[in-house]
Amino acid sequence: MAVFNLKNFIELSFNSLSYAALLFLLASGLSIIFGVMRIVNLAHAAFFLLGGYMALTVYRVIGTAFWTLPVAMVVGGGVVALLSMFIERYFLRRLGQDTVAQVLVTVGFAFILFDSNIIIWTGDNYMLHRPWPLDDSTVIGGISFPRYRAFMILAAVLVWAILYFAIERTRAGAIVRATVDDPQMARGIGINTNIVQMSIYGLGVFLSAMGGVVGGSFLGVSPGIDFQVLPYAFAVVIIGGLGSLTGAVVGSIVVGFMDNFGTALFPELSYFALFAPMAIILAVKPTGLFGRG
Amino acid sequence: MKAKWLVLLAAAGLALGAGAAQGAPREVRIGFIAPLTGPFAQVGKDQVNGFILYLEQNKYKMGPLTVKFTAEDYEAKPALAVAKAQKLIQRDKVHVFLGGLLAPTGYALAPVADQFKRPYLSPAPAGEDQTQRKRHKYYARLSFTSGQCQHALGDWAYEQGHRRIATVGADYAFGYESVGGFQRGFEDKGGKVVAKVWPRLGTVDFGPYLPLIPRNVDAVYALMVGPMSLAFPKQFKAAGFKMALLGGTTSTDEFILPNMGDEAIGYVTTSHYSAAIDTPKNHAFVKDFQKRFGKMASYYAENSFTAALYINEALKRTGYNPDKIEVWLEELKKIRVDAIRGPVYLDSYANPVQNCYIRKVERVPGDRNNLGVKANSLWNVVIKTYPAVSQFWNYKPEDFLKHPVYDKDFPPCKFCGQ
Repeated sequence: MAVFNLKNFIELSFNSLSYAALLFLLASGLSIIFGVMRIVNLAHAAFFLLGGYMALTVYRVIGTAFWTLPVAMVVGGGVVALLSMFIERYFLRRLGQDTVAQVLVTVGFAFILFDSNIIIWTGDNYMLHRPWPLDDSTVIGGISFPRYRAFMILAAVLVWAILYFAIERTRAGAIVRATVDDPQMARGIGINTNIVQMSIYGLGVFLSAMGGVVGGSFLGVSPGIDFQVLPYAFAVVIIGGLGSLTGAVVGSIVVGFMDNFGTALFPELSYFALFAPMAIILAVKPTGLFGRG
Repeated sequence: MKAKWLVLLAAAGLALGAGAAQGAPREVRIGFIAPLTGPFAQVGKDQVNGFILYLEQNKYKMGPLTVKFTAEDYEAKPALAVAKAQKLIQRDKVHVFLGGLLAPTGYALAPVADQFKRPYLSPAPAGEDQTQRKRHKYYARLSFTSGQCQHALGDWAYEQGHRRIATVGADYAFGYESVGGFQRGFEDKGGKVVAKVWPRLGTVDFGPYLPLIPRNVDAVYALMVGPMSLAFPKQFKAAGFKMALLGGTTSTDEFILPNMGDEAIGYVTTSHYSAAIDTPKNHAFVKDFQKRFGKMASYYAENSFTAALYINEALKRTGYNPDKIEVWLEELKKIRVDAIRGPVYLDSYANPVQNCYIRKVERVPGDRNNLGVKANSLWNVVIKTYPAVSQFWNYKPEDFLKHPVYDKDFPPCKFCGQ
């Protein structure tokens, strides 16, 4: 076990926080989709990776410069979101509330995307472009803070703020909340809940795919990353509670820190360090820390 | 009178011999098992394509024999590789089979070779013990052992003036064996490995591991594979590490190199091959491979090409009779071949003795040596060659084999924490 001092404790904490930010981008959509639609979207991480591949194509078309990252985030996220809305409309919607069917269909799409990624983009491993201002690190008090990690934290905070405002303060948000609380009543007062659900599915997947673009110049884009991050996304929503935005924030931070510290301090037990607390939380509070009952 | 009879007998014998020659096999059947679908597909295709390039250049002929080549996909699953090997042997009646990518597949295939008495020539799996403590009669390796060239890099690192080094190696057998070889080569000279960090295989966020790397070292040795190879140097540099970065065979191999960025420049790694070896033979190979398959030649492709060369050479020297398996396999284990990578021969443990190249990643402006590879590409430029390196490095095989195979705890980290 490594000897710890204040310096690498701070480094590790910063790394944990930035990983938590990436997890939030991935898992917030998963949580929102469940909250509104009661669908456990097992294709969520596949959309995350697909976003990264889309960005690869965007960069091949428009080239790379310091301003291309936001373009890739919007275009990559947008294209994947459109695809997901198609899937929602023609596959998921027909299933109603049949949980087993939902699980099978979303897993099926995860596998289809896995293979089609390899067919379209080959199995080569890629690292997405990273704008030069974010490539280096900033040294404060003798500690190097990688700027890209700071960018990930900033992006997550922005996404959280926008989501929070949209859900709590706008009319569209009120419609969504109404659909969550009582879909039947919402339909009764003239809300087209089908459109709401499709939009929410698209939004949740947009967040995930955009996270994939951000993650693509950090983790890289290669086959298998999807199934590698999926358990983490579920750990986040299980700990935080499915369907709760606050829960996704707290869950991401808890998982980010537990995984990083667990891995650094007890490398042999790293999965245990992450999933044991998850099991305990499930036992004590099955809906997660902030989940709806 | 007696003499006349003898002449007649001899003539009859010759006639019979000629008859046998006419009935002699006209083809040699070769099977190749590679991961052709799934995440390892690109590497698997490189493996098969290297072999195909040799066959195409020789019009699918080995001397008088026509080559019947069958490639099988094993999806990087060792159990499936075994099934495919049995299929190749029993249904396709191959004379020899090659294949596998990662060590577990190598270990799984060798017993099949012995069971059916059909040679298995390994073009990639690098598990040390296959040519050390767990050998098989019908097995020969034409690639490298994990630690082989890493010993040389350890030696080189010390020569460069590095005294304290931290290692970061993927947490599985190939990582242990590579780091082990490097550590031994380095510490035999007097260097000290002061920290060993083992990221989980497949790690792409090195956040938990980077803070464990001490900053007061002269260099860091990183053994990465696949996606890890891309992510590590980027995050290492971004975390403000300024010391020299050294690495193993797969840390900058030509499969991963074209997708690396400027962060890789200056990275020094070692392998038994580099696309930047400046010999006419290698220039021709890289050029032909690029032209035919549109990619920079990798060691995976070179290994297969060399395997084909080896089979041809062994058959040639034994009269092109592929059915006489034991005969040409014995010959194969004895001969010296001028391969693309340089001169190669097998030691008495069926592992190649060959050059180890110390390579530095450089971005070369324009089309390097006019080989048709994309302009301004990164290359593993050879900065030093260790000739005729054995898997046992400078040790006598008997002494080397007294130790356990390289593992997480062997060689022990005597200087850790210093």
